[in-house]
Amino acid sequence: MVMLRYAVYRFFTMLLTLLVVSVLIFVIINLPPGDYLSNQIAELQASGQSAGVAKAEFLRTEYALDRPMWEQYLIWMGFWPGPHGFEGLIQGNYGWSFEFDRPVAEIVGDTLWLTVVVNLAAILFVYAVALPLGVLAAARSRTWIDYTSAFVGYLGLATPNFLLALILFYYGHQYFNLPIGGLMDPIYEGEPMSWDKMKSILLHLIVPTFVIGTSGASAMMQRLRANMLDELGKPYVETAIAKGMAPSRMLTKYPLRVAFNPFVADIGNLLPSMVSGSVLVSVVLGLQTIGPTLLTALKTQDQFLSAFILMFVALLTLIGTMISDILLVMLDPRIRYEGREA
Amino acid sequence: MTALLSVRDLSIGFGAGEAVVQGVSFDVEAGQTLALVGESGSGKTITCRAALRILPRTAQIRSGTITLNDSKGLEDLTAISERQMRDIRGNRVSMIFQEPMRSLSPLHKIGNQVSEVLWLHRGASEAQARKEVLTQFERVGFPDPQRAYDSYPFELSGGMRQRAMIAMAMVAKPELLIADEPTTALDVTTQAQVLGLIKELQRETGMALILVTHDLGVVANMAEQVVVMHKGRVMESGAAAPILTTPAHPYTQQLFNAAPQIPDKEAVGIPMPSEDLILQMNSVSKTYTMRSSKGWQGDRLIHACRGVDLNLARGKTLAIVGESGSGKTTAARIALGAEPPDPGGEVLFRTAPDADPITVHHMTRAQRTAFQRKAQMVFQDPYSSLSPRMRIQDAMTEPLEIHKIGLPAEQRDKAAEMLQRVGLNADMLKRYPHAFSGGQRQRLSIARAMMLDPQLIVCDEPTSALDVSVQEQILTLLENLQDSLKLSYFFISHDLAVVARIADEVAVMRRGLVVEQAPPETLFYNPHHPYTKALIAAQPEPDINRPIDLNLVALGAGSPDSWDDAFRFTDSVIPSLVEMEPGHKVRCHV
Repeated sequence: MVMLRYAVYRFFTMLLTLLVVSVLIFVIINLPPGDYLSNQIAELQASGQSAGVAKAEFLRTEYALDRPMWEQYLIWMGFWPGPHGFEGLIQGNYGWSFEFDRPVAEIVGDTLWLTVVVNLAAILFVYAVALPLGVLAAARSRTWIDYTSAFVGYLGLATPNFLLALILFYYGHQYFNLPIGGLMDPIYEGEPMSWDKMKSILLHLIVPTFVIGTSGASAMMQRLRANMLDELGKPYVETAIAKGMAPSRMLTKYPLRVAFNPFVADIGNLLPSMVSGSVLVSVVLGLQTIGPTLLTALKTQDQFLSAFILMFVALLTLIGTMISDILLVMLDPRIRYEGREA
Repeated sequence: MTALLSVRDLSIGFGAGEAVVQGVSFDVEAGQTLALVGESGSGKTITCRAALRILPRTAQIRSGTITLNDSKGLEDLTAISERQMRDIRGNRVSMIFQEPMRSLSPLHKIGNQVSEVLWLHRGASEAQARKEVLTQFERVGFPDPQRAYDSYPFELSGGMRQRAMIAMAMVAKPELLIADEPTTALDVTTQAQVLGLIKELQRETGMALILVTHDLGVVANMAEQVVVMHKGRVMESGAAAPILTTPAHPYTQQLFNAAPQIPDKEAVGIPMPSEDLILQMNSVSKTYTMRSSKGWQGDRLIHACRGVDLNLARGKTLAIVGESGSGKTTAARIALGAEPPDPGGEVLFRTAPDADPITVHHMTRAQRTAFQRKAQMVFQDPYSSLSPRMRIQDAMTEPLEIHKIGLPAEQRDKAAEMLQRVGLNADMLKRYPHAFSGGQRQRLSIARAMMLDPQLIVCDEPTSALDVSVQEQILTLLENLQDSLKLSYFFISHDLAVVARIADEVAVMRRGLVVEQAPPETLFYNPHHPYTKALIAAQPEPDINRPIDLNLVALGAGSPDSWDDAFRFTDSVIPSLVEMEPGHKVRCHV
């Protein structure tokens, strides 16, 4: 019951935060003077192409860019009727990309879920690698296991991602016949999902996951090791040993449970840093994620496209923090029973 | 070899350093209690942990044997494999630790942690274990075993957690229990009850006990055999009665002389003089509001102090005694102006007999500065009250710098002078705190408090983190300083024996109320209030003929509802302090 109430409460605060974020995103995108269309109109007028100007002027009224900013925001969100009635984000209309001259929904389409897939894979990789290695490094601290894992970890932290990507592509292709670039074989692009397509995607995911996840994994491993070492000195660990527990059981049941909290709290932070951190990697690896599109959209002041992508990243982050908060409450009775009568 | 556990020639060392335990031998017979007595650094804890091989990673057993000879067979605990050792831990030999607050995992239910012993050693099913653990919980005195089983440690008090630890240690019915300072972190009445419980369980099950402690009073109450350790060696060992009555070794004698005792001779205390008061607390109350996290529940009020009236005469010592949560620290914080009292209360401070009183909580800026120079504090924990990153010199001259007193050279001279006053050398000024022992650090804290030439020093349990012999030195230092500088002390303690020695007047607090107040001689010889009686009864005396009277403890240490009609109080009906004889006030209905 406590849990359910908390989850519902947390969901509503998330919606509220999302609303605030949407205002911030809209304002910040509109901060630089001019917009995509007025820049284009000025350019066309300078070169005397009046036909283009008319089209641009038409788009301006079509997308309500001639209205005051607050009205533009409300129309974009779908709280206020635009030229064609209520047509905003909450109605599922993501707007028009001026740069690509296509609806935003069409441009981002596949890349949305591919982004989610790539980043989820990277996060799973981070946890799968950091968890056992961090615990092992702490349990065998100051031995060769600890030193080796720290060395490899720092190497992973220090190597630039794009370089790692290129190296892995080369050797992965040479020795394991891994595909280079992209997230699926070109023949499957635009095809409906099938078994073969999924296999192709999984195969293509190996290198990007490794590249994006390495630095996160080594950072998290070191953090977990430090947390575990702190916990290992606590008296309750001694109690567990005095009970006659075997070391592996004892480690995972007691100190790991306590050291795990900051680990869980990290889920929310990992997502945005992975999405923004993987832009360069996506460009180098030719991944059809949202990163490269965001880069173009921001450069050309393509406001609806960039605003939509930013909203999407914000949503991912907020969902991540919500999940980690709820997990924390489930994991830690001290948080769950805060304020309960003794 | 017939002893249950026999330790022969045990030596333990860290890395390549000199051995910290050297040639220790002793025997524990079945059903017997052996006390390992010593001060910090004596090697008593390392010795008892060696029996279960729970040692820091860098420590190794260098020589000697530890042999367990119980009903399940004969084992050489220093030679068997780690795997075999695990079968012994918690099963044939179990252990209780010092800090019940931290010795249980905060994230697992108590029942789970205790049942685990049975899962591990008996292969019991969840339901079987639960049944057995519930019986054990009832045995160790949980009023509601079911509820305790499903509680988390943070939901229980310290005493209850230690009971859970005892249940955990006992549930597999070991033949030997090792208790490492099991009651040091507990209040004195709780300590008495926990010791009583251990003794009772021991009588019932016939298990043997190794009790590690620094407190001779605990030894006198519990032990049949005593081993006195000092710097890793055994100083004296043998049956408890002769050692406690006529200690042969000078070190044991020294320990006895250092242990303060509650006086029990008839004496009439001199009441605190009523003129020339340096500090006056008039009807000081403090109520905290605990915000409820649930909107529909009202906030809860916590009365930390209720109508406290206390006077401290110049050059005297006023002590407040009470258990954790009694409001003694809150009272001290209010006296120092660190917290405002509820409206209606006031604290007055006089810098000189004929000076106008300063109202501590309504001071002008100049008055506040003057007050801060005249009133200083010495804290409980000498390890955390000195910044590890500041040299002693900087820590000591800092108060002078803040108040802009003197040139740097003069400040240094003053610091050197104060160090000598507290019995340290002036050439220690350049060192960092980590280079000092606990007792030396407490001297440093006192020296720092003295830097501004204060008139009033608030001492918050200044000796409770120290060994008895060091405690003795610090108390002597405080007394000498008081005599030579005419200092006034506001002294907070939970230890009646310390208070008996240093105080001119004692106020006993419980639930924010002063329940009894008198000069120590009067109070200890002729206590009226059941709570005071319980406190005195619970204090373990290093005298084998005066065991703790658990009945008296139980009578007074319970909640105020369980007291005699004459003393009972509730949130709404509070009896007033009545003067029974000159200078002896008791809170009771007349």
